[in-house]
Amino acid sequence: MAAIARKPGRKSFPAWRWVILLLAAVYFLIPLYGAFQFTGVSAFGQVITTDGFGSSLWLSVRLALVTTAITLVLMVPTTIYVHLRLPKVRRVMESVTILPIVIPPIVLIIGLLQIAPPALAGTPYMLALEYVVLAMPFAYRSIDAGLRSMDLKTLTEASNSLGAGWLATLRRVVLPNLTTALLSATVLTVALVLGEYAMASLDLTTTFPVWIVTNDQTSAPVSVAASLLSLFVTWLVLMVIVVIGTRQSRRKGGGEVALFSVLPTSQTMSET
Amino acid sequence: MTSKTSVSLRNLTRAFGATRALDGMSLDIEPGEFVALLGPSGCGKTTALRVVAGFETADSGEVLVGGDDVSPVPAAKRDMGMVFQSYSLFPNMNVADNVGFGLRMRKKSAAERRAKAAELLEMVGLADRARQYPHQLSGGQQQRVALARALAIQPRVLLLDEPLSALDAKVRQQLRDQIRELQQRLGITTLFVTHDQEEALSMADRVGVMRDGKLEQVAAPDELYASPATEFVAEFVGTMNRLPGDLADGAVTVLKGTTVPAAGDGVADGPVDALVRPESLAVEPSGDRNGTVAARTFLGAVTRVTVTLDGGTDVRVDLPSTSAGDLTTGAGVRVTLPGTRVLVAPRRS
Repeated sequence: MAAIARKPGRKSFPAWRWVILLLAAVYFLIPLYGAFQFTGVSAFGQVITTDGFGSSLWLSVRLALVTTAITLVLMVPTTIYVHLRLPKVRRVMESVTILPIVIPPIVLIIGLLQIAPPALAGTPYMLALEYVVLAMPFAYRSIDAGLRSMDLKTLTEASNSLGAGWLATLRRVVLPNLTTALLSATVLTVALVLGEYAMASLDLTTTFPVWIVTNDQTSAPVSVAASLLSLFVTWLVLMVIVVIGTRQSRRKGGGEVALFSVLPTSQTMSET
Repeated sequence: MTSKTSVSLRNLTRAFGATRALDGMSLDIEPGEFVALLGPSGCGKTTALRVVAGFETADSGEVLVGGDDVSPVPAAKRDMGMVFQSYSLFPNMNVADNVGFGLRMRKKSAAERRAKAAELLEMVGLADRARQYPHQLSGGQQQRVALARALAIQPRVLLLDEPLSALDAKVRQQLRDQIRELQQRLGITTLFVTHDQEEALSMADRVGVMRDGKLEQVAAPDELYASPATEFVAEFVGTMNRLPGDLADGAVTVLKGTTVPAAGDGVADGPVDALVRPESLAVEPSGDRNGTVAARTFLGAVTRVTVTLDGGTDVRVDLPSTSAGDLTTGAGVRVTLPGTRVLVAPRRS
């Protein structure tokens, strides 16, 4: 008999948890409140009309889309292949994908410049390639967690034995069960691109974060308002993805969409 | 429903590094026959099944399905229904879509898929679960849906890879009967892999006992039990006593003076062990004793009495519970072997 499922009811929430929650909230919210005090409401109106706002934001959005697309196209098949055929390489993959976090951005940029197609040099899309490298640790971990939460080998073999080739298996079986993980990877990649400053400024490309900093020198309140706006919009996008993703995944018995992993639901089953 | 197909495994070998998972294995399965491969873990039975399914390739040898070598055919085109040990339903599809998946891959219309799924779910007794998702089903129900899904493509061969081992005892028993019943009704050629001898003996037409990548014996369950061909089969299937004895001129002498004909190839004359089933021995209280009752276990209709023979060997004897009354622990008894042919094996010290 399977373990008795515990009702997910609200348990008592001890006082010390409230204290920690409160401390964390104070830590995160006070700077935001300070920033808001500094800008005032009127600055938000000026943000939109300030020179360069639209173009830099649009550039960041395009970069986010391109980066996400390249990242998923590269990482999804690779990770699936490693899981199915080279399980021993998983350890290596874990170490390799963590490298972009420990290597300084300037080193990555120079490395990429050496091997990037010349046609891309000087265009903002060069930056997308750099972001792909930066996003790799997060994307890999999301996809890896998603694949771990399902019995990939059995599912693909079952699909094969029913007559589905590799493409059909990927499209109809693997990817639909990976949506939560893909959402996580997308969320992390988008958040990273929308907030990245160091590489963009080294690359002399005016992305939205670069624009905010540059603008700071002419009109501080507008620039701070723009940061708040970008923070809020990013947060909103993430919340929408997480909430919708979780709702969809729950309906089919999947896990909760979390930013760093996909939590498998407890496999409690009662025999009848 | 399905035209019957024969399956032949010819001299299959498969090595994983230094381990030989299959070592020249051959097996012929008649059309419509249910054959179980039984053996301890690591004996190669699952590898054999996976070679037939197309998930593994043999290093040498061939698999003939309906007389044709399927080695070049990929798994997706072999038309084999497979049920796995672990739950293999697609979590993103409801029960009906799971069952219809194989037909979808065969470009059948939605109406046809629905009809077929309904028919098969009816057959496995889950017609009312069509709209549910796998996570809403119990383990036993999931395996029944997996069976329906495997049968929906009208496979030439049904492959069962320990489909019951994740289930609890009661469900396992029910599903065992259901699988056998369906298999016979559809007359589908079936290869079933298990490490559970009770499962193999109760379900299969013939059971192949595997060890170290080879088949030790393939026989009907009753024959396998009554006349095991090798020492390994004898001890792996059912309970077996080893009675110390002396082999000479094709007969073995056990229990101080009982001589019966001996079977077993290549065993040298001299000290041997005679392999005897608990129910083949008789035991009675007697002044002319040759052992002492060490323990007794009530098993319902029979009682199993463990007797320590005077030489120090423990033997288990099964007898009707009604006649086991005065065989109390510590009683002096006489164990006898009514004269039948017994299998002998080299003496194990």
